[in-house]
Amino acid sequence: MKQKKVILYTGALLLTLVLPFVMPDFRSQLATLWLMIIVALTWDMTGGQMGYNSLGNIFFYGTGMYVAAVVTIGMVYDVGEYTSAHGGGITNFTDEQYFTGMFVGIIAAGFFCSACALVIGWLTFGLRGPYFAIGTLGVAIAAGELVSNWDWIGGGQGISLPVFPGDLEIGKIYFYFMFAGTGVLLFIFLSWFYRTRFGAAINAIRDDEEKADAMGIHTLRYKLVTWSIAAFFVGVAGGITAFQLIHFEPLETAYQTINLGIFMVVCVLLGGKGTLWGPVIGAILFHLFKEVTWNYLLGWQWVALGALIIVTVVYFKDGVMGYLMHTRPEWFGIRVEQKAAREETT
Amino acid sequence: MSDVIIDVQNVSKAFGGVKANTDVSMQVRRGGITGLIGPNGSGKTTLFNSIVGYHPIDGGSIRFEGQEISRMKVQQIARLGLLRTFQQTRIYGAMNCVENMLISLPHRKMSLWDALKTNTREDYEKADQLLDFVGLYEKRYLMSGDLSFGQQKLLEFAMALMNEPTCLLLDEPTAGINPTLINGLIDRLKRANEEFGITLFVIEHNMRVIMNLAESIYCLAHGQMLAHGSPDDIQNNQDVIDAYLGAH
Amino acid sequence: MDQILSNIGLLFQFPIVNLKIIIDGIMIGALFALAAYGLALVWGVMNVKNLAQGDFVIAGGYVAWWLTQQGFPPLLGVPAAFVIMAGIGWVAYKLVITRVIERDLFTSLLATFGMAIMMAQIMNLLFGSDTQSVDLGYDTLYLADGLIDIPIAKLIGVGMATVLAAGVILFMKNSRMGQAIRATAQDARAARVLGIDTEKVYAFTFSLNAAICGAAGAIIVMVWVIQPFYGITHSVRAFVIVTAAGLGNLPGVIAAGLGIGALEQYGGHIFGIGYQQAIAVMLLLLVLLIRLLQQLRHRQVLK
Repeated sequence: MKQKKVILYTGALLLTLVLPFVMPDFRSQLATLWLMIIVALTWDMTGGQMGYNSLGNIFFYGTGMYVAAVVTIGMVYDVGEYTSAHGGGITNFTDEQYFTGMFVGIIAAGFFCSACALVIGWLTFGLRGPYFAIGTLGVAIAAGELVSNWDWIGGGQGISLPVFPGDLEIGKIYFYFMFAGTGVLLFIFLSWFYRTRFGAAINAIRDDEEKADAMGIHTLRYKLVTWSIAAFFVGVAGGITAFQLIHFEPLETAYQTINLGIFMVVCVLLGGKGTLWGPVIGAILFHLFKEVTWNYLLGWQWVALGALIIVTVVYFKDGVMGYLMHTRPEWFGIRVEQKAAREETT
Repeated sequence: MSDVIIDVQNVSKAFGGVKANTDVSMQVRRGGITGLIGPNGSGKTTLFNSIVGYHPIDGGSIRFEGQEISRMKVQQIARLGLLRTFQQTRIYGAMNCVENMLISLPHRKMSLWDALKTNTREDYEKADQLLDFVGLYEKRYLMSGDLSFGQQKLLEFAMALMNEPTCLLLDEPTAGINPTLINGLIDRLKRANEEFGITLFVIEHNMRVIMNLAESIYCLAHGQMLAHGSPDDIQNNQDVIDAYLGAH
Repeated sequence: MDQILSNIGLLFQFPIVNLKIIIDGIMIGALFALAAYGLALVWGVMNVKNLAQGDFVIAGGYVAWWLTQQGFPPLLGVPAAFVIMAGIGWVAYKLVITRVIERDLFTSLLATFGMAIMMAQIMNLLFGSDTQSVDLGYDTLYLADGLIDIPIAKLIGVGMATVLAAGVILFMKNSRMGQAIRATAQDARAARVLGIDTEKVYAFTFSLNAAICGAAGAIIVMVWVIQPFYGITHSVRAFVIVTAAGLGNLPGVIAAGLGIGALEQYGGHIFGIGYQQAIAVMLLLLVLLIRLLQQLRHRQVLK
């Protein structure tokens, strides 16, 4: 069992390292795949493991993009002048300015989003179930609308960042490894996190929050910490995306409520809620589906997406992992005696 | 340290026009077993819910270890070490018994840093011990949702003990339990009180159970405190007899 | 910022402007209340929180708009949208909603969100992404030296909304189906025991909801504008109203609807028209927070 696990994890890691060189034409798509894995894993932290289904996690993604951009630009130029000159040519960054800006900007994006999660969570964690989902959706929509009216950071036109200095392909590999590195880090973190008492406590919140309250668990504290960790990683992912995209605008790319905002939920449902590997598998499946079908549907892809959401939710709610756990419990260390005993009692 | 651990003074609570509790006063002695009885609809559960913070009270004061708790929220009260069980048992049905026990570790005593550790060998041993104490050791890897109702009640009791409370409030611990198991449960409650030093406050409908268990009994009727005394006093109190007979 | 302050100043300088804003708000708020009533109906009867509510409204608007393009008289659009959307609602119920009723609330929320995305995109493909409206060709009334303008079309719209609401209320009170719906809302299991076919009640309720939304949309296209992606804002408004008023509180829904309409007009006046969507959403957050604080006082949370 242990040996199999080692093989599985080493294989996955090797694949991560080798793929961008084996499939050079798909470097951007592979980078996007890692983005999907990151947002799916973080969505599952609250949605799958803690039972708080947020529809507004995209808020952290968009905010991460803007914070990273503003910090990077702000270290060299006046942000207001920079955005009002929009395309007016003051995008000169030395290599050193670019990379320090990127490093500081992305880290700042993560921490800023963490702080946002603490504030928003403090305000909204009293909401349960659908109210929480709708409330967080509201936060994301409102943020997009407000940012698109805020001229200092470019308003509805969006904001541009300097281009990656150096070869285009090197840039693609660079961004791939930025995403992959963050993703692997997140995965390792989560595989430890879910095994701690903390992880057990958020599962308790998911299964019966009233009981968890009555047992003296610091429910609000645990919810805030979990969401702010999730927000940190989403913010970092957003920050990286900002540099990868070079130019982005608020409604369609940053606070894309109905695109990435809902993709992450579908990924998790497809792969299996509340499991470690589910979001990863779901993200891969969803991304494959999207890349394969997108080009052939000529505008109907969004309709197909809506249909995919409905079908997943209605017919395949437990996802791949849920299906496997049901049919192959022994793969997951669920004891057979236990299954037999259960059949005995019923 | 004072001798009284829960001090309820003149508590009133009404739902709309219905007065569920009127001017109720009572004390729970530290280290003892206190019982609360009363016919159906006499306001036992309302008083219980007022103490654990499930709803606001209209007037009066509730103190736990000298601290006013009548305006606190459920989780704040629970973190003081005043723990409750539910009448309709609540356990985490999708987890097995051991996982249920480990989740019940006293989180109120943990810093965030402690919470970020994995469970120690001692934690597992303690869980096994307590499961053995309530007689669920053999079933410890079963999904708790698959246990019978009586076993779930025992599990919830074990979880409460795992939490190391100062005082444990039990809401009808024997309701819905097979009569043959009741004696065993009474015995375990008594042992928990003696061996772990946990103060117990038990709401019970079943007279026989409460007479065997508690040393001090309060009787509620129509939302008012009718009588208080030792089991013998209560058993021979004409008002109590009338209230119970009148309710039938 | 200066612009905002001068806009606020205007309200005090010319108090009559307030009246105009309130009248505008109430006229549009009446239509919000209709959609919200439908949401409260479905929410109360089958415990489904329908995020496609606003898209039903927009779809109804497109039905009316399309009929006008084909040369039909514009007022015919309202009953036509009512009937056609009832059909679409029934199909949506049979395909999706019936399978999520018994499941947890997030499932139904997500399924209806999927429906909302599908409907918005289909309308975008069929009708294009431009804003559309139907011009009834009526005059505008001017009051108070022309400071207050009331298009007659809007008055007609409010009139039709009132008739529709009254019709629905009478139907719910007096008809057999209305009684069955109310019984199911109170206790579905008891209703089933008493021989009410709850499946039929659910299907009927959902298509009635879609029909109400459709008719509201058909009126909105005459007094305002529609666009394929405006649906989500209408859904948000409906949620604001129902959350503020509570379920099964019809006068509350009407009052909240009119209030939201007026507040949005004020917001639009003060901050500018670019903030319209943002204002609707901010109102949602505000209402949620207020409800949360109320619950906190009862030592409870908002479920």
